[in-house]
Amino acid sequence: MKVVLRNPRREVEVAGGRRVKDVLAELQIIAESVLVIRGDELVTADQVVRDDETIELRPVMSGGLR
Amino acid sequence: MKCRKCGERASIELRRHNAAFCAPDFLDFFRRQVREAIRKHRMFEADEAVLVAVSGGKDSLALWDVLIDEGSRTTGLYLDLGIFDYSVESKAKCERFAAARGVPLIVSTVAEEVGAPVPVIKEVTRRPPCSGCGLSKRYLMNRVALEHGFPVVATGHNLDDEAATLFGSVMHWQTDALPRQSPALAATHPKLVRRVKPLYRLSERETAAFAFLRKIDYIVEECPFAKGATSIAHKEILNRMEEASPGAKHNFLFGFLDKARPAFERAEAVTLNECARCGQVTTGTLCAFCKLADQVKRLGGGLRPSSDGRRAP
Repeated sequence: MKVVLRNPRREVEVAGGRRVKDVLAELQIIAESVLVIRGDELVTADQVVRDDETIELRPVMSGGLR
Repeated sequence: MKCRKCGERASIELRRHNAAFCAPDFLDFFRRQVREAIRKHRMFEADEAVLVAVSGGKDSLALWDVLIDEGSRTTGLYLDLGIFDYSVESKAKCERFAAARGVPLIVSTVAEEVGAPVPVIKEVTRRPPCSGCGLSKRYLMNRVALEHGFPVVATGHNLDDEAATLFGSVMHWQTDALPRQSPALAATHPKLVRRVKPLYRLSERETAAFAFLRKIDYIVEECPFAKGATSIAHKEILNRMEEASPGAKHNFLFGFLDKARPAFERAEAVTLNECARCGQVTTGTLCAFCKLADQVKRLGGGLRPSSDGRRAP
């Protein structure tokens, strides 16, 4: 499966057929810090992503001082 | 994972609430939290005109979206910081948002007001970029609100922003800053407008989810100067705590507001004066904004900002 990362935008390939939480763990990304997007929907950490699918892990953090 | 309200497949899990919601029920939850913040802190009345400070990011545009839907009388304020392509893009997003919803947007340009855009201010003052930027924003938000007759400015600060600020203040025991940290700051001088943060009950991930589900076109890229900012480091630390213990950020901030903040409120009020030059409120003779503008003028000698924020000879 393809994973789109941001800031800067890039793509990585990881094994599919797994839950989102397993993908996040492999990429060492804290669930609280990203939205997981598949197409035009959000997916929760327990959902399984197929090998032929693409998800975007969009960071939610903004800063510094506003 | 199922939606707590309707039992359909959930779009987002909120571990700190031990809940998950489908998209429509999450949007309801979000708007309810904003209404509760406004009600609890009496941020503004239904008929008051609200100036919403917008940056083009998810938080401020999500806030504006909610307030428009709630029927509030809102006007947006975009402060053009002159930070290269980032400002060009974020301004365009605010303008498109306002045009699509038929709501007014005021644009104020830091380069015109201070004498230089944020990148040049950073160079000539040798301050961290967020320092001069934050100072200019707070000053201009208040001044523009006064000039246009708005009694209140609303900003998109969320729970993570507030928890990170509190964390920074506590780490350095900045006891002067603690009483000023509040979801709603009253107008304590005729030339100060009320400042409110209606998103303080919602996490950064929740505001991002709301903006995504509402199809709000916001700027995802970070401000180029945010990299390495202390507040980002504090947010990362707090997120690791949140991962281990859901609700940690909420408990930290809300515990402070309920139990600790009153203890830090000063018994004696600070004396507020009007700046000898611009007339805005300050605790000294000359306000920090005028001092910054002086410094830019003095040290920037002969260097003028171009429209894209870079120095030009």
